[in-house]
Amino acid sequence: MKPNDVILHTVTKLASVIIFAFSIHLFMAGHHQPGGGFIGGLTTTAGIILLFLAFDIETIRKNLPIDYKMLAALGVLISVLTGVGGLVLGEAFLEQMFDYIDVPLFGNVELATAVLFDIGVAFAVIGTSVSIILSISEDDL
Amino acid sequence: MDKIIILPVILPLIAGLVFILLRSYIKVQRILSVVTLVAVMITSIFMMVHINQHGILTMQLGNWQAPFGIGIVADMFSTLLVLTTSIVAICCVIFAFKTIEKEREEHYFYALFLFLISGVIGSFLTGDLFNLYVFFEVLLLASYVLVTLGGKKVQLREAMKYVIINILSSILFLVGIAYMYSITGTLSFAHISVRIAEAGQDGFITTVAILFLLVFAVKAGLFLFYWLPGSYSVPPTAVSAVFAALLTKVGIYAIIRMFTLIFYHEPEITHVFIGVLAALTMILGGIGAIGYWEIEKILTYNVVIGTGFILAGLAAFTHNGLLGATYYLIHDMIIKALIFLIGGVIVYLTGTNNLKEMSGLIRTHPYLGWMFFIAALSLIGIPPLSGFIGKVFITRGTFEADLFWLGIIGLLASLLILYSIMKVFMNAFWGETLLSEEEEYGSTKGVMVAISILTFITIALGIGPEFIQPYVDTAVEALMNPQLYIDAVFGGNDIP
Repeated sequence: MKPNDVILHTVTKLASVIIFAFSIHLFMAGHHQPGGGFIGGLTTTAGIILLFLAFDIETIRKNLPIDYKMLAALGVLISVLTGVGGLVLGEAFLEQMFDYIDVPLFGNVELATAVLFDIGVAFAVIGTSVSIILSISEDDL
Repeated sequence: MDKIIILPVILPLIAGLVFILLRSYIKVQRILSVVTLVAVMITSIFMMVHINQHGILTMQLGNWQAPFGIGIVADMFSTLLVLTTSIVAICCVIFAFKTIEKEREEHYFYALFLFLISGVIGSFLTGDLFNLYVFFEVLLLASYVLVTLGGKKVQLREAMKYVIINILSSILFLVGIAYMYSITGTLSFAHISVRIAEAGQDGFITTVAILFLLVFAVKAGLFLFYWLPGSYSVPPTAVSAVFAALLTKVGIYAIIRMFTLIFYHEPEITHVFIGVLAALTMILGGIGAIGYWEIEKILTYNVVIGTGFILAGLAAFTHNGLLGATYYLIHDMIIKALIFLIGGVIVYLTGTNNLKEMSGLIRTHPYLGWMFFIAALSLIGIPPLSGFIGKVFITRGTFEADLFWLGIIGLLASLLILYSIMKVFMNAFWGETLLSEEEEYGSTKGVMVAISILTFITIALGIGPEFIQPYVDTAVEALMNPQLYIDAVFGGNDIP
């Protein structure tokens, strides 16, 4: 018998959007307030896992065709290369820079190279944690 | 120029990450891994020349000055080890091309191998206690996967022991770091050294020192080596050669660094304790080496004896003792890789690891046999091969420090090595040839390159130690004089 999961599906569709939005908020807050790539990445993972639980793995894989192992490697690579950026510019490894720039609509915005590093961290966290959960779930013999 | 010292750490890391993205391009991975390791080797040679002329190289990550930032420090001792690591890694990866199965290659073998190398080199170059822990974890995580990759029953059994004992020692390591931070309020090696020199090394600090010694003793196979013979003999040859050559050496490096730079105030407690452990290690390792008939077990017990012998040089804590320890450490990395690779080829050819079931390989494989003989002589420490000079200096150091018992046990351990390794030579290479070349389970095609390079290096180091002698002298001078390291890290800044 097919279980009736209309409520779960409907709530998940709504909730996952909120979770993803909140994780982006956490990620952006991280530069000066509590938050950042790690927390943002984990919250995003929570949203993805919720989708996996509510629907099934195959459906989500079809709609979100991401190889999470690759994502993790890519994330670490981005972070390391951000560090190398400092070296190329003649500064120390992992040296960061920032500047304030006027952007239309947003006003005066701080742009920092640390954000690139954090994007890498977020990718690595999402990739690793989703891979762990998926490999545990595949283990049902 | 200072900036290049980060390259040996990040080049293998970046290459490994790229390999994960290029999973199915095995050929590209092979070429790139050799290119990366050669680049690391060249960088470390540059660093050595520079350090010899201008002193210790340091870099503060993110430009946060010491002691607040996290430092990378390359003194001569570290750099020599980085150079040796890269050479051993090149040989093992070339060996792996022919001997590692396609399934392993497709399951990120080269990526993991380079992560392991990155962790090893990072441990040698870091100037920060917590980052030492981090790099230990990097190399351990890579090694966990390399031990289990393949998933045979025996691999999983040994990997369980290996993982549990290493996690336990990592926890103790963290406890030690926490104690250290609560006592000194800092985790930079140089700053800890300054603080302890100011306050004096009291009983509490000595206890913490012993805790660190236990942690690193597990990793180095000093006395607490019972996990080692099993887990080093189960993975494929290229991997176990890297483990034997590099992983225990990271532990030894950490012990030497801690007990020359930080805990050097109470040698009559800490260093004598290290001496006792080293002596016990040599005796127990020697008994293990002569007791077994499996070729891999004999070789892994030889790794244990080597650890004890190197740390006997530290226990002496004289100039000659450390000189010997440095020479022997470099020699040991090369020779352990070599002897493991040859041992692996023997097992590969005969299809068995029991010495009683093999015989007469010298007729079908004369080069392999003679290279094994050279490696055996070098391992025992017969001149003019690379093991000799280290043995002489370590023995002299222990006699100078009035630790006669330690020196004598070291020499007796050499006899045990002689017996165990000649047993392998006589059983595997002498006697009647059991298998003709057609009947053998494998061939030596393509694996001799790596073995020849390493054999050449052990002969070259033995005949011409003058080439590295100025560098080793600089290394030992810095080890005996912690102030050089401290001045290089702080670079004239105020020490808070």
